Amino acid sequence: MSTTTPRPQPPAPASTAAPAPLRTAPPPDADAAVLVRGLRKHYGDRRAVDGLDLRVERGLCVAVLGPNGAGKTTTVEVLEGYRRRDAGEVRVLGEDPQTAGRTWRSRIGVVLQTANDLAEATVAETVAQVARYYPDARDPREVVAAVGLQEKARTRVRALSGGQRRRLDVALGVVGRPELLFLDEPTTGFDPSARHAFWDLVDDLRASGTTILLTTHYLQEAERLADRVVVVAAGRVVAEGAPADLGGRAARSAVVRWTEHGAPRETVTDSPTRTVAELAARFADLGHDEVPGLQVLRPTLEDVYLSLVGGAAPGPSEPEARS
Amino acid sequence: MTTTTPTTRPAPTTAARAARLPSPLALGLWRTQHELRLFVRERDAVVFVFAYPVVMLAIFATVFGGPGEVYGPPGDEVPFSQYFLPGMVATGVVLTSFQSLAMSIAVERDEGGLKRLRGTPLPVSSYVLGKVGQVLVVSLAQTALLLAVAALVYDVPLPDDAGRWLTFAWVWALGTAAGAVCGVAFSSVPRTGRSAQAVVTPVVLVLQFVSGVFFMFHVLPGWMQTVASFFPLKWLAQGMRSVFLPDAARAVEPSGSWQHGTTALVLVAYLVVGLVVAARTFRWRRHDDG
Repeated sequence: MSTTTPRPQPPAPASTAAPAPLRTAPPPDADAAVLVRGLRKHYGDRRAVDGLDLRVERGLCVAVLGPNGAGKTTTVEVLEGYRRRDAGEVRVLGEDPQTAGRTWRSRIGVVLQTANDLAEATVAETVAQVARYYPDARDPREVVAAVGLQEKARTRVRALSGGQRRRLDVALGVVGRPELLFLDEPTTGFDPSARHAFWDLVDDLRASGTTILLTTHYLQEAERLADRVVVVAAGRVVAEGAPADLGGRAARSAVVRWTEHGAPRETVTDSPTRTVAELAARFADLGHDEVPGLQVLRPTLEDVYLSLVGGAAPGPSEPEARS
Repeated sequence: MTTTTPTTRPAPTTAARAARLPSPLALGLWRTQHELRLFVRERDAVVFVFAYPVVMLAIFATVFGGPGEVYGPPGDEVPFSQYFLPGMVATGVVLTSFQSLAMSIAVERDEGGLKRLRGTPLPVSSYVLGKVGQVLVVSLAQTALLLAVAALVYDVPLPDDAGRWLTFAWVWALGTAAGAVCGVAFSSVPRTGRSAQAVVTPVVLVLQFVSGVFFMFHVLPGWMQTVASFFPLKWLAQGMRSVFLPDAARAVEPSGSWQHGTTALVLVAYLVVGLVVAARTFRWRRHDDG
């Protein structure tokens, strides 16, 4: 995408938001597009979602990050009104998705993880048809152009490539001018250039004021798009914060390894330089110029993420559970 | 990719959105138009739906319709092509309504198309209206083609009085509508899109054999006639016989009458019960999708 739209500045965090408009009794959490407390959902014996809390402020892009089977899609499908929850409180745009009606559905946009349908209609026909379902839809031609499919407008959906079809999915998700857009692993299977084009498109939507709840298992995608990242593992939130904080806090901690009395030793520290200096001094006292087997290991963001979600983390650090 | 950005005007208030939601009926008509467009582009399905009853009529008329082969009470004999026409009209209606909907909705559900629609403000009633509208148009065209071929190629005399065409109209409309809603209801039975054909086709085939479409109804064993009378196809075929056969042919019917009242009752019952079952069991998602 060759758009020149600058990446929108994320709005200030809710706690330091601009003065609230004059209102006698502001409803609690009026600025939250999504509010989830203690969500639980199980399939048979398996607890897919196990006490999950989530809050998405209006105008933000929040990424839910986690491995396959962490409960991301189940959570999102509860929020979209597809699934019934077993327990917990859920408000999406102020309503309970289980009982919300057509008006509520006209205010959300849904891009599902997989869809393989709509084969014999053209791109333009498909978008125009779905636009009719909404009270205040965007111009379908504009939307087709915005996702970069104007060249394919008269192509049957069946003939689109995987990436083009995904962009059509997004067009169908936004044509109703949603206040809140759900993107469930939108770029799975994209090549890098298609992924970057897609990110620019999401930026444009952000700029137009759309709140976005994104699930992904690409760390880079969450970093690039989200104001806040929520890491989910085994059905609950294990970490939450701005992408930079999530990486920054963990990146400060490093592992220093060395060999002493013929055995490997290691220590986790937030100040590896001081640790190395202390080691050097201690070994110098013992008459060694070098600290044997000295290594300083810093975790990559991927290490941080893997250790958070309990994967086979090659990373050395074990950051605390909440940042 | 592009420099166009989606329009950036503020979202309307919730109340304004609610007031401007399109009506379910209007959306049903848009869906009908969309479904028809999709249908005519499925070329193999179009050929099958239109050719099947015509080919069946041709086969039966050729195999059983040799010179002098006639059917009916003495003095009111009709050629076999005329005897089989009502059954072929009925089977065509079942094909375009029940069979095509039960299968196509099962496939749409399997491919995720229904799940996608569920994410929009499209009401289920508009979706079903669109399906029924598509079926009515396709079924009307198919029946017209079949009658034209029967009249022009096989010299089957078509009714020339308004009363019979009136009977035809209500039997056809009730049969198509009942078949359509039962197809919507039955589409939840196949567990996958791929199994839909294997699940739906035998049901239709068995009903055709026991309901007097492929055999003369009155020569079937009594128990088979009894079983068939619980299903709408028997009544649809009998209603069509009352339109296309001489009135004297009713003497051969097991009851000795065309039973229009019972026919209307059974078809309306299937329409109403089918609607209720379809509404209560309609699934937007696949069986294995949570």
